[in-house]
Amino acid sequence: MSNILRSLLHRLGAALIVMIGISMLIFAIARVMPGDPARIALGPNATAEQVAALRLERHLDASLPVQYWEFVKSLATGDLGKSLYTNRPVTTDIAQFLPATLELVFVSGILMVLIGLPLGILSAHFRGRFPDHVGRLISLLGVCTPAFVWGVILQLVFGYFWGWFPIEGRLLEGTPIPPGPTGFYLIDMAMAGNGAGFLDALHHLILPALALAMSGLGQTARLTRSNMNEVYDRPYVEMARAYGFPARRIATRYAFRPALIPTLTILGLEFAAMLGNAFLVEKVFGWPGLSRYGVEVILRKDLDAIVGTVLVIAAAFLIVNIIVDILVNVINPRIRLAAGRA
Amino acid sequence: MNNALQKPVLTIRDLRLAFGDRRHQTPVLHGISLHIQPGEKVALVGESGSGKSVTARLAMGLLQDSKRTHVSGSIWFDGIDAAKGGPEIARRRGNRVAMIFQDPTSALNPTFKIRGQFRDVLRSGDRSISKDEADRRAEAALAEVSIPDPKRALDSYAFQLSGGMNQRVMIAMSLANRPQLLIADEPGTALDVTVQAQTLNLMHELTEKTGTSVLLISHNLGVVREFADRVYVIYRGRIVEHGTTAQLFNDPRHPYTRALLAAIPKISGGGLPDLPERSPEFENPLITHEGCGEPAEALS
Repeated sequence: MSNILRSLLHRLGAALIVMIGISMLIFAIARVMPGDPARIALGPNATAEQVAALRLERHLDASLPVQYWEFVKSLATGDLGKSLYTNRPVTTDIAQFLPATLELVFVSGILMVLIGLPLGILSAHFRGRFPDHVGRLISLLGVCTPAFVWGVILQLVFGYFWGWFPIEGRLLEGTPIPPGPTGFYLIDMAMAGNGAGFLDALHHLILPALALAMSGLGQTARLTRSNMNEVYDRPYVEMARAYGFPARRIATRYAFRPALIPTLTILGLEFAAMLGNAFLVEKVFGWPGLSRYGVEVILRKDLDAIVGTVLVIAAAFLIVNIIVDILVNVINPRIRLAAGRA
Repeated sequence: MNNALQKPVLTIRDLRLAFGDRRHQTPVLHGISLHIQPGEKVALVGESGSGKSVTARLAMGLLQDSKRTHVSGSIWFDGIDAAKGGPEIARRRGNRVAMIFQDPTSALNPTFKIRGQFRDVLRSGDRSISKDEADRRAEAALAEVSIPDPKRALDSYAFQLSGGMNQRVMIAMSLANRPQLLIADEPGTALDVTVQAQTLNLMHELTEKTGTSVLLISHNLGVVREFADRVYVIYRGRIVEHGTTAQLFNDPRHPYTRALLAAIPKISGGGLPDLPERSPEFENPLITHEGCGEPAEALS
């Protein structure tokens, strides 16, 4: 156990360095984009004095290193600055929009794993036969069709034609927004003991989550299939067959686990990529999430909000990667035991 | 060798195999016939690509599922024709017939401990066996192959054990369900020579004790001479010579067998003789030594 802890600390340290690098980069990039953020924020009718005052207030005339130093100082107190557009602290904005995105991405990730892995296993188990062809078709469509197209298709078919699912939003109109504490409606509703509200939130989640999951789901199925096909040629699978292990048990255990190790790493990346892809899906489904907020603030050149959003998404990305690394270590005994010896 | 009195454990008749689709077939076996009596150790000897490994895999029904293999002839084992493949032979794998592989370390799954794999081996002999019972039997089986600490071996992964240890584990697994027939496909070729010799002795000893018949697939004539009662020499998908081990080594009659024997390096020196890689002579018809014919009525 201690070696897993040690590798966790090691990875956290590396993640911190990455975060510092990202903060510098995005800080600089946001500021070299053309356009005067103070002018954009105040609008065309503001006077030159007003613009100058705002630039002074936000240290916009200072040199980049000085601005960065100011940013780091306030970051140390948990302050990410103020949005020029909403005029609220960036942390407040993020706290409002982040849970919606995370909830969407988590549910997508779960769908990706729960559908993608079995699809890949089925394809490999029935290699070259009918279930394999179906599985490959689904995963290919998943990979090559962008998430927003899936969003529109799902809305049309299941929302509009058949009317099974709502097309927009997180809850039905009139359903009271749960008071908290997490901002994840599924969890908040469950904690409040509101069964109808929970189902309502889930009902609204399924289509956008599926649309967002499709590409990762296809990728997962394809990877699982090809990694398992490779494993099926290994001597230890021949051994399993030669000793009469049931074919289903070989597919779900003896060929699946070795194949899962390389799949899992890519799965983590796919999961993290959803954080970015979520924007299109959020746009299509009117989902009030952070990705949408992020793009809006970039278009408005809202400096503090850009930096804050990017940092939060980067942190989420890094956390997911650390979790995946740990999972790989747990699943792969060779790494787990080697880490103990090192 | 009294063929008439005993019913062979395995009888292969005119086995033919080709790989490929309907239009382009590459023949691999051109009519192999061989048989193994109860308790007998029979070697199938040949160079790489001669078809000895596919013969073993066909006998276990491991290749027949593929659309690209075309099999004819028969493989009588345990009252069924294994040449057809399918569930009948699949049900017998692991309990009526078992296999030992070239490299024991890569034949064990790297992501599961020995314990779990051993349980599944025992389950193929007795579907309803409990975990405790399986573990108890696994420990006993490992003790039988002189593994000093069976519990620790069961809780290890294959990559934590030495090649020799893994080979002992494989032998214990193969004999755990007391099969009638053990197929050893170049056992321990990946191991160093002393370990290979030790594990072969162990295999010899245990199969003597349990009365298990062995089909030994090998290219190593030294091993064959030590181990086998009877030998089939295979060359490019055909059996070219068949006799008892003594007959074959003392009086090789087929040109290919002679060439094979001449290729054994000798300590007395002289280097390797200049042997052709191929020769029309090698394709000469089958030579069967006295008293070694295929049993006639075994086709039943």
